[in-house]
Amino acid sequence: MNWSDLNLMLALPEVVLLLAILAILLIDLFIPEDRKSVTYGLTLLTLVGLTAVQIVGFPAAPATTFSTMYISDPLASVVKIAMYAATFCVLVYGRQYNAARGMERGDYYTLTLFALLGMNVMVSASSFLTLYMGLELLSLALYALIAIQRDSMPGVEASMKYFVLGALASGLLLYGISMVYGATGTLDIATVARAIHAGNTNALLLTFGLVFLVAGLCFKLGAVPFHMWVPDVYHGSPTSVTMMIGAAPKLAAFVFILRILVQGLDALAVHWQGMLVLVSILSMLIGNVTAIAQTNIKRMLAYSTISHMGFLLLGVLAATPEGYSAALYYAVVYVFTSLVGFGILLVLSRKGFDCEKLSDLAGLNQRNSWYALLMLLAMFSMAGIPPMAGFYAKFAVISAVAHIGMVPLAVFAVLMSLIGAFYYLRVVKVIYFDAAEDNNEITVAGDIKLLLSLNAVALLVFGIVPDRLIEVCFAAVKQSLVLM
Amino acid sequence: MSFTSVVFYVLSAILIFSSFKVITAKNPVHAALYLVLAFVTSAGHWMLLESEFLAITLVLVYVGAVMVLFLFVLMMLDINIEKMREGFWRHFPLAGVIAAVMMGEMSLVLMRPEARLAEYTPRAALPADFSNIRELGLLLYTRYLYPFELASMVLLVAIVAAIALTMRKRKDTKFVNPGDQVAVRRNDRVRIVKMEAEKPAAAGDDAAAADQQQA
Repeated sequence: MNWSDLNLMLALPEVVLLLAILAILLIDLFIPEDRKSVTYGLTLLTLVGLTAVQIVGFPAAPATTFSTMYISDPLASVVKIAMYAATFCVLVYGRQYNAARGMERGDYYTLTLFALLGMNVMVSASSFLTLYMGLELLSLALYALIAIQRDSMPGVEASMKYFVLGALASGLLLYGISMVYGATGTLDIATVARAIHAGNTNALLLTFGLVFLVAGLCFKLGAVPFHMWVPDVYHGSPTSVTMMIGAAPKLAAFVFILRILVQGLDALAVHWQGMLVLVSILSMLIGNVTAIAQTNIKRMLAYSTISHMGFLLLGVLAATPEGYSAALYYAVVYVFTSLVGFGILLVLSRKGFDCEKLSDLAGLNQRNSWYALLMLLAMFSMAGIPPMAGFYAKFAVISAVAHIGMVPLAVFAVLMSLIGAFYYLRVVKVIYFDAAEDNNEITVAGDIKLLLSLNAVALLVFGIVPDRLIEVCFAAVKQSLVLM
Repeated sequence: MSFTSVVFYVLSAILIFSSFKVITAKNPVHAALYLVLAFVTSAGHWMLLESEFLAITLVLVYVGAVMVLFLFVLMMLDINIEKMREGFWRHFPLAGVIAAVMMGEMSLVLMRPEARLAEYTPRAALPADFSNIRELGLLLYTRYLYPFELASMVLLVAIVAAIALTMRKRKDTKFVNPGDQVAVRRNDRVRIVKMEAEKPAAAGDDAAAADQQQA
C-alpha cells in the first residue's frame, strides 16, 4: 500500500465524529452532574457540524480509501445526513425524559455518538470486515444504552436478550461471510461481485453462505422469523432508547443489506429474492396481525416496525434501481414517522410515569389538541393514508414489486396495510373519542415542541410533494449502486 | 490420511466436546476450565495453519490472562448457576433436536459433490525462516489500518459501557470532602427554632395519665 492511497478527506465525517467523541468524553469528566446540558449542547453541535461536513463534501461519484475498505458515495452521504438528523431529534425529544429518570449522564451522549460512529462505518463500508466492525460498534453501544438505567429490571433484561440474540446473529453473519470468503477468496465487496460475475466461483458454497447472510441480516433488521427480540427490547428499554433503536439503526441496517446483497452478491439475486419474498410476507402478516392484540403501545409499535420492515424488503427484493430507491425512501420516511410517534410518548411521560399503555393516550385531544394532532399525523403516515408521506412510501415499494410482475405479492401487501390501518386508527380513536382519565398538565420545553411540530409537518409536506426526496433517493441509488 | 489430518480431527473432537461441556457443566468453575481447554485446542488449530504467533497469543491472552481473572472472580463469588438457568434442561431436548437437524442439513449440503471441497487443497508449507509477526505487523498497519483502528474503538466502547453500567456512588461510604468541611457556615449546622413556652398541664390530663399507668 502507498501512503498516497490514504485519502483521509474522503473519511472526514468519521474522523470529525471520532475526534468529537474523544473530546466530549474528556470534557464531560469536568462537568458536574447537574450541568450536563453542556455535554448535551456539545453533542448537538457535533451533529450539526457533521451534517455541514457531509453536505460540503458531498461526493459526485463513488470513491474508496483505506485500501478500498472505506467507500464514500452519494448513497452513504444521503443516509448519513438522515441519520444525523434522526439522532438530533432523538437527543432533543429524549432530554426531558432522561433528565427526569437520572439518565442524563455523559455516558448517554458518548454512547449515542459511538453508536452513530458504528452506523457511519456500516454505511460506508466496502469490505465485509469493516461492515462487521461497524455492526459490532453499533451493537455494543446499544446494549449498554438499553441497560443504562441499571436498577430497572426490564431494561437489564431487554439488554441481556438483545445481547445474546445479537451475538447469535453476528455468529450467523460471520459464518455466511466465511463461506463467501471461501468461495471467492476475498472480503472486498467489489472484488467479490467481480469474481462471481467472472463465473469461476464455487456456486454451492456461495448459496450456502448466502442463507446464513440473509438470516443474519433479517435478525438485525428484525424481520420474521427472526423477530422475537423486537417486542421485548422495545418494551423493556427506556422509551428514549427505544426511539433511538427504532430510528437511525434501521437506516444503517438497510444500507448494510444493500451493500451485501446488491453490491456484493447481485449475481445471486435469483436466490435471495425468493428468501426475501418469504421473509417479507411473513413480516407483514405476523407484524400486522399481532399488533392488533397489543394494549401496550410500545409493543404495538414494535410489531408495527416488524411489518414496516416487511414493506421495506419489498423494495429490496424487487432487485431494480426503482425498488432500491423506493426502499430507501421508505426507510427515511418510516424513521421520521416513528420519531414523531415515540416523541409524543416521551412528551406524555413525566417523572415517575411512563406513557406506555394505549389507555394512557385516552382523550389526548381534550388535554392538548396540538399533540393529539401530531400523533394523528404520525399514525396516518404509518397507516399510509393519502396526504401523508407514508402513503407515497408504501405506494413506491408496492409499485416496484408490481413492475417486476409479482402482482399477487403487491395485492397481499395492500391487504396487509389495510389490516395495519385498523390498529393505527384505533390509536386515533382513543385520542379523539375516549374520555381523558389522566388530567395532569403536559409541560414540555419549547425546543421539543418546535422540533416535534416541524418533524410532523415534514411528514405532511413530503407526502404532498414527495418528488424532491424521491429524486434525491433515486439519484443516490443510481450513482452508487453501479452494477459491474 | 496424513498425520496433519489426524491431528486436526483429534483437536476438533476435543474442541467440540469441551465447547459442549462449557454450556452443560453444572459447576461454573468446571465450565471455565472447559473453556480453557477449548481455547488451547483452538490454538492447536492455529498451529496447524502455521500461524504460531496467533496460537501463542491466544494461549497467553485468553488462557493466561482473561480466563485466570475469570476463574478468580468465579471462585470469589458463590454463584449457584443451576438456579440461574432454570428451564435450561426443560428446553434442552427441543433445542438439541433443532441443532441436530440443522447440523444434518448443513453436512448434507457440504458433503455433496457440487461443494467441490476436494479443490481446496492444502497450500505448500512455508519456509522455515518465515516470520508470522512481520507479516501480521505489515498488514495490520497498512492494508488493515482502518479495521484495526475500528477494533480500538470497539474496545473503547467496551470500557465506556462497563464504567457506565457498573460505576456508582456508594451511599454507605464515610468519605467527607475537606473542601465542604471548610466551607461550612453556621446556618448549615445550627438551626434556631422559636418555641412557645410550655404551660402546666390541666388537672384532667393528669387523671387520665394516672388511669393509663394503672391499666
